[in-house]
Amino acid sequence: METFDWIATGAKIAFLVVILLQVVPIMSWVERRGSALMQNRLGPNRLGPLGLFQAIADAIKFIWKEDSIPSHVIPFYYFIAPLVSFVPSFITFAVIPFASSISIDGHVVHFQVADLNVGLLYVFSVASLGVYGIIMAGWASNSKYTMLGALRSASQMISYELSMGLSVVGIIMCFSSVKLGDIARQQGELLTHLGPFVIPSSFHIPKWGIFVQPLGFLIFLISVFAETNRLPFDLPEGESEIVAGYHLEYGSMKFAMFMMAEYLNMTTASGLLATLFFGGWQLLPGMGFLLHGFQNIFNLSSMACEWTRIFFEIASFGIKVVFFMWFFVWVRWTLPRFRYDQLMDLGWKVMLPLSLANIGVTAAFAYYGWI
Amino acid sequence: MKERKDRVAQMHLPAGYQMEHDPDDLWGDARVIVNIGPTHPAMHGALRMVAKLNGETIEKSYCEFGFTHRAKEKLGENRTFHNFIVYTDRLNYCSALINNVTYVRAVEKLMGVEVPDRCIWIRMICCELARITDHLICVGINAVDLGAFSFFLYGFHQREEAYTLIEKLCGARLTTSYPRVGGLMADAPEGFEKELKAWVLKTREVIDEMDELLTNNKIWLKRTVGISVFDKEKCLQYSYTGPNARAAGIDIDLRRDQPCMFYKDVEFDVPISQNGDVYDRYMIRIAEMRQSLNILSQCADRIKKGSIWTEDKRVRIPDKDIVHNTMEGMIYHFKFFMTGFDVPEGEAYTQFEAANGELGFYIVSKGSPRAHRMRIRGPSVWHYQGLTPMVEGEKIADMVAGLGSINVIAGELDR
Repeated sequence: METFDWIATGAKIAFLVVILLQVVPIMSWVERRGSALMQNRLGPNRLGPLGLFQAIADAIKFIWKEDSIPSHVIPFYYFIAPLVSFVPSFITFAVIPFASSISIDGHVVHFQVADLNVGLLYVFSVASLGVYGIIMAGWASNSKYTMLGALRSASQMISYELSMGLSVVGIIMCFSSVKLGDIARQQGELLTHLGPFVIPSSFHIPKWGIFVQPLGFLIFLISVFAETNRLPFDLPEGESEIVAGYHLEYGSMKFAMFMMAEYLNMTTASGLLATLFFGGWQLLPGMGFLLHGFQNIFNLSSMACEWTRIFFEIASFGIKVVFFMWFFVWVRWTLPRFRYDQLMDLGWKVMLPLSLANIGVTAAFAYYGWI
Repeated sequence: MKERKDRVAQMHLPAGYQMEHDPDDLWGDARVIVNIGPTHPAMHGALRMVAKLNGETIEKSYCEFGFTHRAKEKLGENRTFHNFIVYTDRLNYCSALINNVTYVRAVEKLMGVEVPDRCIWIRMICCELARITDHLICVGINAVDLGAFSFFLYGFHQREEAYTLIEKLCGARLTTSYPRVGGLMADAPEGFEKELKAWVLKTREVIDEMDELLTNNKIWLKRTVGISVFDKEKCLQYSYTGPNARAAGIDIDLRRDQPCMFYKDVEFDVPISQNGDVYDRYMIRIAEMRQSLNILSQCADRIKKGSIWTEDKRVRIPDKDIVHNTMEGMIYHFKFFMTGFDVPEGEAYTQFEAANGELGFYIVSKGSPRAHRMRIRGPSVWHYQGLTPMVEGEKIADMVAGLGSINVIAGELDR
């Protein structure tokens, strides 16, 4: 790699890391204020404007709390578990494109840390690493409730990984690629026919994943809720049943790392939902006009034009991600929790057959050339 | 490091402990004994259940209580009848007013004291307000245990409003101590009926909203229908009363069956359901809240101005004006609060339909200002006994739902 590529990659990583680390405190604020909004109360409103600094106060508290270690834990795994669940949640974002590409001095820069040729497979393999952290935490804490939480999460995540992986097979078939960059780029094309029916040209819609794979989208959406351990699938934590589940014996920053992992997982899941089914960085309807208007009014040079385009793409990706993050919060404060065996029933008896059927139907469509 | 490992190993098997092995039972070792409570978040108050789990299924369990035992009944024998009113607040603290009213009615029954109409109407309002707050908290916490937090807060706000009404009556929100033997601590303030009616209207809306949010939710139905079933027969065996019994098809309601106060004169239905599962108990409570709202609006219509104190000199607390301005009044006041009033010899059991079930006070008097024997029948005791058979073979999560739905209040359970 040349020096330029090194610098570009470093800049992209720095950008992502900074943004992702900001997501955690902001999401914890959104979660509190959002739930307060839904529940007709105020939420944190004392510290800073709209209580925004509450997250900072939390961070300070987490850092300064005593790092107590219960005497009955198995130390090595106990310490490593938060890291094992935190790191995978962080590195999944590496393959998610957050804007298209730009050429600087003849170098094409893709706004994606690594456009791996195994993109989606990487996502799934890394995302499933997260469960090891939870199992380790549950096992190493050496307590019955944590063990129950770990067992629940292991079976839950493994079951839902199946349907999650299979639901995306349809997308891979449609776009003939596992590279997330390719998938996002192809979603900018227009959808000319819906199955065997040709859509009149005035009604063309972008070829977003949700339009070509509606069932796949639903299955994926439900599966990521289970994967991220959010309500209605927050059984590994299930505070009223098994106290706090796998992180029962954790305190201070180690607990905070589990929480950060949860929010980062949510961000990654939202990023994936946006990339696979909502066109990734493709501009939202109306944003194209805005972009052209902007470029024309200010009469920008071609390079500045390019950067404005990139900015709009990042913004449009950001809006999609934010929407799904809000969706996570929204669902959490609306629905009750499933029971463990009902969750398993849903995973194996409903989601798995549905995702297999989805693959079959997609394959048939692809065979007849309707996609 | 090694030391710690040894300690870990010891925790699994204490010294000298021999594991019993059944060679045919492959999964025998898979059973694990879990202490659920007394500090478990799902245990409402300090209750303890020791459960033998197979995976997550409760194979065997037993329940323990008494963690908050305060010897209330013994205290009843050491305090004057007037003093004991405050202790009744702490029985079922979710509906303190019902306990207060039932207790003072028990003492009044022993003494043969009649209270004026306005007093009775206000007491009825108190009981129904308390019933609604109790049911709101029960269905709300039950939903929280199953993960529906918003539902709980919808109701909780209205519960706080109810407490504001109660505060207007007696100045306290949770531990009210409002009724007195032969009367009330204070009259309802001016315009109380109007505020009550406004609250009733608002609460009707809120309950409808809660109903819409949760009752037909698929996940809620999955978690509650057919869960922790306690059928009619079991309910009779375990002396279930109140909403829990009505959910299993036992048509009892002491307000209707043994009408006291003015329950004869107000119209209300007694909702009955047949299945006796968590869902039915939830539905019964929702329906009962609506009935209580009906009673409240009737009470607000029919309440008249008048005295709130009985004319009986034995129990009437002298007015402050007499106390401050006359010598006799002062002495009487002092004697009243220091030695209390004598209750004629005899015994009486007074029961009332509390929010949870039948609440009874059995008082034996030997003619002194203190009870000779005091016995309280808290419905939670009976309900809690049934938890073990109720949850046998169910999941931990179902146990949490079941316990929430029978509404065991530790204060009343342990007394």
